[in-house]
Amino acid sequence: MHRTPVIFWSVLFVVIGMAIFLHKTIQLDYPLVADKETEAWTVQARLSFDTNKRNIKAMLYIPNVTPGYSKLEEYYISGKFGLNAKKANDNKTANWAIRKAEGKQTLYYRTTVTKTGAASKWATVPDYPDAPRFEEPYATAISKIIEDVRRQSADTYSFTYELINQLKSSDANENISLIRGLADSNHEIADLVIKLLSVAHIPTRKLWVIGLTDAANNAHPRVLIQAYNGDEWLTFDPKDGSAGIPANHLVWKVGDAPFYEVNNGKNVELQFSVTKSYIELLDVAKQNAKQTSSFLGGLTLFALPVQSQNTYSLLLMVPLGALLVVFMRTFIGIQTFGTFMPILIAVAFRETQLFWGIILFTGIVFVGLLIRFYLEHLRLLLIPRLTVILVVVVTLMLVISLITSQFGVDRLLSISLFPMVILAMTIERMSITWEENGAQAALSQGLGSLVVASFGYLLMASEHLSYLMFVFPESLLVILGVCLAMGRYTGYRLSELIRFREMKSAPKNKS
Amino acid sequence: MIGFISPQNLREQGVLGINQRNTDYIMRYNPRHLYPLVDDKLQTKSLAISAGIEVPKLYSKIAINNEINSLDTLLEQHDQVVIKPSHGSGGNGILVLGGKIGKFYKTAGGDLISLNSIKHYVSNILSGMYSLGGLSDTAFLEYRVQFDPVFNNISFKGVPDIRIIVFKGVPVSAMIRLPTSKSGGKANLHQGVIGVGINLNTGRTTHAVIGNSPIAIHPDTGHVINDLQIPKWQKILKIAIKCADTVGLGYLGVDIVLDSELGPLMLELNARPGLNVQLANQQGLQHNLAKIEQLENIPQSIDERIVLAETLLLN
Repeated sequence: MHRTPVIFWSVLFVVIGMAIFLHKTIQLDYPLVADKETEAWTVQARLSFDTNKRNIKAMLYIPNVTPGYSKLEEYYISGKFGLNAKKANDNKTANWAIRKAEGKQTLYYRTTVTKTGAASKWATVPDYPDAPRFEEPYATAISKIIEDVRRQSADTYSFTYELINQLKSSDANENISLIRGLADSNHEIADLVIKLLSVAHIPTRKLWVIGLTDAANNAHPRVLIQAYNGDEWLTFDPKDGSAGIPANHLVWKVGDAPFYEVNNGKNVELQFSVTKSYIELLDVAKQNAKQTSSFLGGLTLFALPVQSQNTYSLLLMVPLGALLVVFMRTFIGIQTFGTFMPILIAVAFRETQLFWGIILFTGIVFVGLLIRFYLEHLRLLLIPRLTVILVVVVTLMLVISLITSQFGVDRLLSISLFPMVILAMTIERMSITWEENGAQAALSQGLGSLVVASFGYLLMASEHLSYLMFVFPESLLVILGVCLAMGRYTGYRLSELIRFREMKSAPKNKS
Repeated sequence: MIGFISPQNLREQGVLGINQRNTDYIMRYNPRHLYPLVDDKLQTKSLAISAGIEVPKLYSKIAINNEINSLDTLLEQHDQVVIKPSHGSGGNGILVLGGKIGKFYKTAGGDLISLNSIKHYVSNILSGMYSLGGLSDTAFLEYRVQFDPVFNNISFKGVPDIRIIVFKGVPVSAMIRLPTSKSGGKANLHQGVIGVGINLNTGRTTHAVIGNSPIAIHPDTGHVINDLQIPKWQKILKIAIKCADTVGLGYLGVDIVLDSELGPLMLELNARPGLNVQLANQQGLQHNLAKIEQLENIPQSIDERIVLAETLLLN
């Protein structure tokens, strides 16, 4: 009866923590391991032109909706031009302007993209087009073709597919051959297909894509056809009628308009280049979160200044260490001086590394104890005595640093992080335990503290765990839930299985 | 080689572990606001006196460092005296003085210490060396119990004390703790004290353990510990029950000493009694605790509750 609420909260926290964690790993593609790299493509559009005039304006289409890819970053090299990027329906334009410029001008747009599972949504919903007029004999041939294709298809998808296939087919009938004479290149075929689809009152548009192949310094955009089925845009390749955007192609723009427009410029040139690079998966995930405007993704510790980030990457490990202490005390039954003293020692070990940390801890506590036993004869009041021990501890640390720096052992210089107040308290408590409960109790508790601190260090020094805690701070909820559950553990401690070992021989009735 | 006992075995024997004691008994039956009544020995003492429970007589309190100098005259008046921290835990910080020899005082352990050492000791108590959490504390001097001769053969130097676990006002388990040379005359189980189980019905000792291991004879005196009758057992049980009623803690450890002249005296109460009583009795607490937990009502009268304990806990 008393247990239900605890279990409820415990499970609730664990579930919430895990849900956020899973959302981030599965939906936002946060990597579980640090420094995992993924492929990325940097696509650059270089717009150059000559000018010696005033009021120069240059407009360049740049990617907006990019199905299958997410933009990690984009930047512009504008020189002295003013820049203004505008979104319009499914397109986006970079608009440069300058009042006066002379000679050759070069403007750059660069974006880095990476593959993503996230589907992009087209914003534009088109009107139904009017049928274009054709002259005879084309008009009759076209209506025949449309009739044929319509007979062999069920919906917009199959209609478009069939139409492109018939136009491409080798054993074409008269009508097709006649119409095919209108188009040679893929561009023209695309135009033709669009016209024919318009005859059938299917909304269409062109889609321009850039092939992502490494070190392509002069990549050319390809044209694809999109047909609207009343619900979504279907994409077809006019080359072979295959549906969808071909693999490794980045959508650059939609529509008929030219890629650029330059007022008062001559010899305008647009060049696309593509390079492959590798980036950390985590960057990708952060970017994805930003683009899908995920609330959770926005709540990232990476938004903090770097110094705070470092502090938190350490701070977030402390609850993990505390969890270990809970486990060691409640399940194992190891006795330590002070509940959380071992964690602070473990934090200090991060600087000194384990081996030197243990040596230092033991050394300082040992010398401190000797001095503390002497202090007993001086009969000092408690607080002054504690302060004396503290001064002794600091002096010891100073001496160790000075000596080791002489021998060039840098590692021990970092003992400044050793929690001296904690050490002083440990020495005081250990000496009292020593006197009250004997050397054995004092040593076993001292050893227990050291063991827990060492395990705490091993746990907290794990780069993988540190990464997980930092990237998934919701783990704190899981830790909270686990702690709540452990708080209701009523079973035996491992140490009790030893303590009560003599109960084995107990006779069942004692009188 | 460390021996282990299986958790199932322990569970069958009804052995209570620390985790379960804390969550299922202490947290459930001991309201925190009552703790000060037992954690502060001076409060316990005055509470007991007002309830008519006999306790060792309080000689004097020392609350501030300035008062330490009064020790000169205090120790002139009573040289058989026990100095205790009011908030000491687990028997820590208790100094037993057994008379003056020249300029020195004899401790329970047989050492001689000077008046100055005693003053330093008291000053340590005041600064909170023995109190929980290191808060400043009060020291007090009380009557040194002259223990009953029945324990002469099985006690080394210190005063044996009887610990009775009282659950919801019903005694469930008892033991007596015998000081040894190793324990320096103190009766705290973790300092080499012998714990001896007591049969609740008869008041006779059953098994004995030192630390966690069984023992049959006292290592210092060489006498057999088992099957010894504790005098005035019924009265001891009554005091224990009365203490539980007075402080209102559901799960309580009552420490009682037997004075040769004054009879049983309540020494102190404990809201978090240890679990070694199980080893001393070779019997787990849990079965008995469960039986009492299942009772719908527990009789008002102390005698009836003793009978209840006898009938309920026999098997």
